[in-house]
Formats: sequence, C-alpha cells, structure tokens
Amino acid sequence: MIKVITGNEAAAYGALLCRPQVICAYPITPQSRIPELLSEFCAQGLLNGTFVNVESEMAAIGYVTGASAGGVRVFTATSSQGLAWMHEGLHNASGSRLPIVMVIVNRPLCAPANLTTDQTDSLSQRDTGWLQFYCESNQEVLDTVVQAYRIAETLSLPVMVCMDGVYLSHLDESVNIPDQEMVDRYLPPYAPTFRHPGYTYKVYATYPPSELGYRSECFEDYMKARWLQHKACGQAVDTVLAVNKEFETLFGRGYPPVEEYRCEDAEIVVVVSGSAVGTCRGVIDKMREEGHNVGLVKLKMFRPFPRDLIRASLKGRRRIAVIERDLSVGQCGIFFQEIKWALHTHADHEFTPIYGFVAGLGGLDITPALMEKAIRFTMNQDPPQQEILWLGLREGEISE
Amino acid sequence: MNNTPEIPAILSSEEYIARTEGGQGACPGCGLALALRLFAKAMGPNVIMVIPPGCTPVTVMSPRFNAAFTVFVALFGSTAVFASGLKTALSIRGEDETHVVGWGGDGATFDIGFQALSGAAERNDDIIYVCCDNEAYQNTGNQRSSATPWGGITSTNPPPARKMERKKDITLIMAHHHIPYAATATIAYPDDLMNKVKIAKEMRGFRFLHLLAPCPTGWRFPADRTIEISRMAVQTHIFPLFEIRHGTDLTMNLRPERSPVDAYLGTQKRYQGLDASQIRDIQRQVDRKWERLQWLSSYGKEVQ
Repeated sequence: MIKVITGNEAAAYGALLCRPQVICAYPITPQSRIPELLSEFCAQGLLNGTFVNVESEMAAIGYVTGASAGGVRVFTATSSQGLAWMHEGLHNASGSRLPIVMVIVNRPLCAPANLTTDQTDSLSQRDTGWLQFYCESNQEVLDTVVQAYRIAETLSLPVMVCMDGVYLSHLDESVNIPDQEMVDRYLPPYAPTFRHPGYTYKVYATYPPSELGYRSECFEDYMKARWLQHKACGQAVDTVLAVNKEFETLFGRGYPPVEEYRCEDAEIVVVVSGSAVGTCRGVIDKMREEGHNVGLVKLKMFRPFPRDLIRASLKGRRRIAVIERDLSVGQCGIFFQEIKWALHTHADHEFTPIYGFVAGLGGLDITPALMEKAIRFTMNQDPPQQEILWLGLREGEISE
Repeated sequence: MNNTPEIPAILSSEEYIARTEGGQGACPGCGLALALRLFAKAMGPNVIMVIPPGCTPVTVMSPRFNAAFTVFVALFGSTAVFASGLKTALSIRGEDETHVVGWGGDGATFDIGFQALSGAAERNDDIIYVCCDNEAYQNTGNQRSSATPWGGITSTNPPPARKMERKKDITLIMAHHHIPYAATATIAYPDDLMNKVKIAKEMRGFRFLHLLAPCPTGWRFPADRTIEISRMAVQTHIFPLFEIRHGTDLTMNLRPERSPVDAYLGTQKRYQGLDASQIRDIQRQVDRKWERLQWLSSYGKEVQ
C-alpha cells in the first residue's frame, strides 16, 4: 500500500508492523507525532500492544528497559533533550543486552534553543553501546525500523534509528507500506526463553545467564561483560548485511550500511549521512554530467562504525570531502573524526586528504549550490590546515 | 485495625535473605536488613525485587548473593518505572502472579527517584513500592536526604550546620496520588509490618509502604538498640503507624500514649548538641503532625 506520509508517520507504521508489545514514549518536538499515532493504533485495536503514557524520557527508557528485561518486544522514540535525559538509561539498556528499538528524530540541543535539526544529539550518544542508523528518506525510516528489530534481537543489542527532524519528520513522501503478512514472515515474534535468576539485569533473555558476561550472583565480571558486548558489536556489520539482503529479497529494496553512489573511478568522493544524501545525489548527477569524476558515499550505519566498508569505499581516492550536520564543539565534525580514524589508522591505507565541512547546524538548509561549492573546493583547493570548514555559516560561503 | 487479615501468631520459618553461611552484608544492628527479612517473609515466594544501588544490594550481595528472590538491578532515577515496565511484560507473558516490588531507600524514594515514583503512582501501575527509610544516604556515608529529620547531623550537615528543613510527609504525599494503599510500618512492630505487607500483596494497583529502618551507623547509636529506637519512634509519635486506603481513608493502627521526644533524641548522636528550644521545636512539629493525622483519621467518619 502506497501512502503519502511524514517521517514520523513512517516510523510509527514501521513500529506497528513489528507488533511491539509495549510502546512507551514521551512527546517532544519534533517527534510527538510518533507516540500520538501509536497510541491511536493501540486505541483502535490495530496494534495489540500496551501503550503507556509516562512523565518523562527518563521514565520512557526506564519503562521499556523494564519491559524488555521482562521478555517482550518494545518500542520508544525521542529527540534531542529527551535523548540527553535518557543518557544513563542508554548505557543500562545496552549493558543489559536488551534489544530495544528507538527512533530518534534528530534535533539540536539547547542552548541556544532550536526545534529543527542536526545530528549532534544522537551522535553524542555514540559511546552508549547502541547501534545507530541514519536514514535518507521516509521509506528508509519505515524499512529500517523493521530491520532494526531483526538486528537488535539477533545481537541482543539496542538500536537507534535516526532521521533528521523537520526535513524527514515533518515532510510528506510517498511510502510503500509493506503487507503485515510479509513483515511477519521477515520478523518472527520475539521469543526469549532463558529466565535469569539471582542478581540480574534482565529476567528474560535469548541466552543463558552464563553468556551474559556476568555471573548473576556477583559484580566481579564487569570487564568480561564489556568484552562480550564489544564482540557482539563486532558481528554487527555482517548481521546488518545479512538482514538487509534478506529484506531486499522479500521487499525488493534495501539499504547497505555504506552505499556507493556513482563512485566508479571517482577521484573525489563526498561522504554524507541523513536527509542531505538525497540532495547530494542530485549534485553528483549534475557534476558527472559536466564531466567531473565525483562520487558519493552514503554512510547509513554509524555505530558500530563500519570501518572496513568505509575503508574499501574510500581506498585510492584522490581527495575526500565529508559534509555533515553535527559538531563536536572545539574538535571537529563527528563523522569526519571517525572517517579520519578509519582511514589513517589502517596500515594498508595511504594518506588521503580529507576536507571536513560542517553545515546545516540548527536546521540551516544544505542547498545543492552549497554542496557543489564544497565539492569544487575539495577538487581545486589545497588540503585545509583546519579541522573544520564552515559551509554556509555566511550565506553561500565556506569559512574557517 | 480494620479489614486486616489475621495477625500471624509466629513468624514464618522460611528465610529469604541470608539463607546460608554466607550471611548478609549489612552493618551490625541494621534496621534495613531486618525490615527486608520481615517483608520477604510476608511476601513469600514468586517475588522480583527491583532495587537501585544503596544499602539493600550490599545487604543481599555481600559476601555473595544470598537471597531467595530475584533482584533486578535498577537505576536511581527510574526504579519505580523499571518495576512498572517489568510487571507489564510479565503480565503479557502470562506471569501475572509474580509480584514486582520496587524497593528503594529514602534517597531513591524521597529524592532522586521521586519523579518516576510519582508517575508510577499516578498511573496506578500494578506494583508494590517500598521505601526503606534510614533517613540519609547511608550507603554512601550518611549524607543528607530530604528524609533526614529537622535538627539531624549528617556528613553533609556537620555541626553547626545541622539540617534545618523538615522531613517530607512521604506517605501522605503518596496517598494523595489516590493509590489503593499507603502505609507506614517499622521493625519494632513486626506483626503490624507483615500484616501491611500481606494487605498490600492481596491488592492490585500501586501500593506504597514506608518502613522506618533505624541505622546504627548513620544515626550513631549502639547496635543493640535498633529495635528499641524503632519502638521509641512510634511511642514518641515521631513515626506514627497508619494506613490510608484510596487516598482518603486514614486509619491509625496504634495510638500510644505520647512520650516526649527528648529520650528518643538522646539515644542518637546525630541529635547531639540540640538546645532546649530546638527540642521544643521538634516536639511541636511532632505534635502538630500527630494532631493532623488524628483529624484526617476522624474526617468524615462521624457522618457515615
């Protein structure tokens, strides 16, 4: 069924199709439509789940953590300040190895106040042990929610599905809503069977207590638990590839963790994530028509960082540009930092100049003209000494 | 007492904490360990305790886990809501007979976890929440909480900066969330305590128990006086025993003839150095609260 819906609605439909048994989310602009719609689905009997209104995001993550630890499939969603307030709960959920799926509608953090978009809110949760995916379109939001449950429940790790606030959350797009029957075939019911007794972080799990990393009776195994969690993250890319392949077979569309767009023989490659990818595809098409050897790498998966895939996609390029909507203040763009780490710490990888453009903070538009300007700058200017090139800080310009 | 099941003549011989030679990790004379022991006996099997950090995990974990119930480890800010989510999940899984108990200290209840507690009570989530109150953050070394009484010395209220704010009336606050059951109890009255646990256990919805647990280490009294001090707290009217049903129906479970607060204060070094006028202030606070409870317990009764 094709419907013209917003990103928020796509997220809610995606959740509906996955049959979560407990849905608990606290409203926050620009995410509010997600819990509203899910509460409607439950009230109308379309979704046989318990929708719970709580008093804060701290409570929302607490409720779904308790419910997931009790052995049922859960869903939540938040943005910005709400995500920041969940912070300790995020560590607790991942350390407890709970397959929670949470949609993040990316919005800047205060201060100054801003209700539009940038990705610093979820990127600054990168060390919480949650998998993170950034979506380009509303269709991808829906499909990624469905895939996220498969990934989360395979690895026993929580997953964030991120979309840009306003640009996706409030923008109508045509979305193909898959049949329930097909989704049921793709995503079987969550069926944890092992009951954990004693001193425990989860009552029900898909594996016995001995595999959790800590004995249920003492505190002493912290490091082993982290090691196991890290090892599970190490399987994430392969799991995502396999889950996506199966999705493609069933539904006829898919989303690799790292996607190359017109990268064949490209000397200059630009790396983009989120809703700006769509804009960038158009810019690459235009510049290709003009005879430039440029390509795009879409980075969908951010945690764990798909370093081998990104190394393969960026190997042998003359120059790389990263255009991103986030900032580690006083340092540089967060994607830039990770890409630089992935390339320049690898023995087989020769040094490639990387241009780090920070753009669109606080919802400023990253226009095709701005993107083209950044790509041309990367082609023609010597590698920058600065860690950040500010794109569009002054209208239409690149500044230091 | 009204509507209470029969009082247990003797305590159940079943033990739920400190079951083997490992013992338990609380300080000598700990009121909390005894409160937990009595509570667990009254609850019986099929209980999951949701517990944030504090004295209780130390009690059940040291030197190793030694309790008969499952302890689900919670975060301070969300203990009650973890319990709510867990209960919902177990009900969905067809395990509705499992009791989920949120068990926090006064810090987790009065202070850092209060928002989640209030939210769970407002939703009337189907859990029992117990505040085991030792009147300061005892596990971290006796820092002030909003349950620390007026005039108390803590490690963050060193003399002469003793606490000059009154303790929250947490049981009334919780009752005013219109929950089915809220009650106070303390270890010197084990029958009353276990009765209230059993009443709570038979009900559905959000049930709140406020257990006073004297703390020899923080309050600074000899370890053999715990029960005596618990009893004195009731006899001085400092910690009245009452229960409230449906937010309004208050019953005084015991109306002991009031003994003056001086003797109680004198047992604990945390009150050392209070002057006569300060002790009079405490007596006035205690008397006013007692009068208010009497008024609440009689309110509406004469017209029925």
